[in-house]
Amino acid sequence: MICAIGLLGLVLLMVILIWQAAGPSIKAFGFSFFFTREWDPVHGRFGALPYIYGTLVSTLLALLLAGPVSLGAAVYVAEFAPRKIKNILGFMIDLLAAVPGIIFGLWGNFVLSPWLAGSLEPRLEHYFGFLPLFRGPATGVGMLAAGIILAIMISPLITAVSREVLEIVPASQREAMIALGATPWEVVRRAVLPYARTGIVGAFTLGLGRAIGETMALTMVIGNRPQISASLFAPAYTMTSVIVNEFTEAVEPLHLAALIHIALVLFLVTLLVNTVARLMIYLMNRRVKKWTV
Amino acid sequence: MDRLGAAGYRETNERDMGKSGISLYSGRWRQIHCRMMTGLCALAVLTLLAVLLIIMTYILLQGIPGLNWQFFTRPPAPVGLPGGGVYHAITGSLVLVGLACLIAIPWGVAAGIFLAAPRRPGPLAALVRFTADVLSGVPSITAGIFIYTLVVVRMHTFSALAGGLALAIVMLPVVTRNTEEILRLVPRGLQEAALALGISWWRVMLHIVLPTAARGVAIGITLAMAGVAGDPVPLFFTALNNNHFSLDLTQPMASLPMEIFRYAAGPFVTWHRLAWSGALVLIGIILLPMLLARIILPGYRIRR
Repeated sequence: MICAIGLLGLVLLMVILIWQAAGPSIKAFGFSFFFTREWDPVHGRFGALPYIYGTLVSTLLALLLAGPVSLGAAVYVAEFAPRKIKNILGFMIDLLAAVPGIIFGLWGNFVLSPWLAGSLEPRLEHYFGFLPLFRGPATGVGMLAAGIILAIMISPLITAVSREVLEIVPASQREAMIALGATPWEVVRRAVLPYARTGIVGAFTLGLGRAIGETMALTMVIGNRPQISASLFAPAYTMTSVIVNEFTEAVEPLHLAALIHIALVLFLVTLLVNTVARLMIYLMNRRVKKWTV
Repeated sequence: MDRLGAAGYRETNERDMGKSGISLYSGRWRQIHCRMMTGLCALAVLTLLAVLLIIMTYILLQGIPGLNWQFFTRPPAPVGLPGGGVYHAITGSLVLVGLACLIAIPWGVAAGIFLAAPRRPGPLAALVRFTADVLSGVPSITAGIFIYTLVVVRMHTFSALAGGLALAIVMLPVVTRNTEEILRLVPRGLQEAALALGISWWRVMLHIVLPTAARGVAIGITLAMAGVAGDPVPLFFTALNNNHFSLDLTQPMASLPMEIFRYAAGPFVTWHRLAWSGALVLIGIILLPMLLARIILPGYRIRR
């Protein structure tokens, strides 16, 4: 019991201590911290806007790329796959969800980035260069690489959680639809997916939380330059990467406090995102219980 | 009722049929549409698995040539010289994860026992369970910063001790939830028989339920260990890195994921080779326990 309450205490202590350590920066910059582009350790001026931008855009890109594929994969494994390969597919996806970020970072750095620079990015520019998104020097490291790596990382997680959610949809829902003469796809589209909607949104939110907090993979492929650029080929920076890269070199107390300030924002945002995600999955579970008992 | 999908249908007149998605088009088109969508879903699975398998195979091919006796038993060679290994990083990882276990296992298992105990479900247990779930989703970078402010600032130095503590915080919620889930698999009747004899609930948990589920709990712990073994992020702020072999808990210590990052970021081809081999070893350390869990406990699903 003490141990269990200790767990609650631990989270509280984490918030308090990190808040305290970020104190000097909070006092010095306040809310303008989030809207200032300048990051100048020499003159002691810090603004987190480029990092927040980098995290948001890379996460959004990852969700756009990973979303449809993950949902399709989850539907196939949960609904359409023959029983024999269903378990194997599910287990493989579970395994891949556990591979750590640094492995993907290593691969992204040595394989994906050169490929992007050499073949994909020049082609994108050739065909879609009229959009500012696909213009600029093809360096390989940058927002596009970060989005792709993140998408690869979070899709097994989203697939695995969505699949679990789809599997708890009561059979009566499917049977009712079949009785109306629906094809298997219509059963999924009109009965299973609407019923599981809350849980699926929860799964995506969980993926969002993972993407926001991912550190190593991004540090190795995003290029680490604090700038805001319309081009997806341009290097960027994320909140997590700047903390990891500059932490041991931060000599000035204010620099350190500014980095911890970013960590505090990250902590509070992911706490919120995860709370929402878990709540959604929990609500879904409760509804299933209510209707099947 | 509408949100309940098929259960919500009260009338089945034509208009509602149209709305329900069972269109009034010819059956043939609907069959084709169904095939098409099923095919797209299958394609999604194939894409996902193909991309991930390509990455794994690539690491396997790059990593295997560097895996020799030297790799496991020798400290790193001076820059420019061939050979050398990651002996210091492997022992470092063992020490750090071991330290984390010393704290996270007793704490996590105790909290897990509390959560799985046969009581009326109260708000406290629900809150703790929810907190553990949320905490396991919070990025490990915050655990590192937290221990930095708590330990490193006060000790005035990065240390292996701080590293172990940071990893323990990442492990704790996973151990807690894994333990709870496995204890719940123990048949209810067993607990009730003991409770009926007038034994208090925590004695029942400790002497009857826990021994029954010991093997599963051990696997749950191993999975949590594997989870933290591959994450360098909390160590950036606590144990940092060390180019030499060290067992001193008050000094910085090397670890496998930190060394992979350093070697990958470095300019030397020999370093890159070490990074690939290190990555392969890391994947092995993480995936083997999962395979093992699958073989020993077929019914148990891995938690995230």
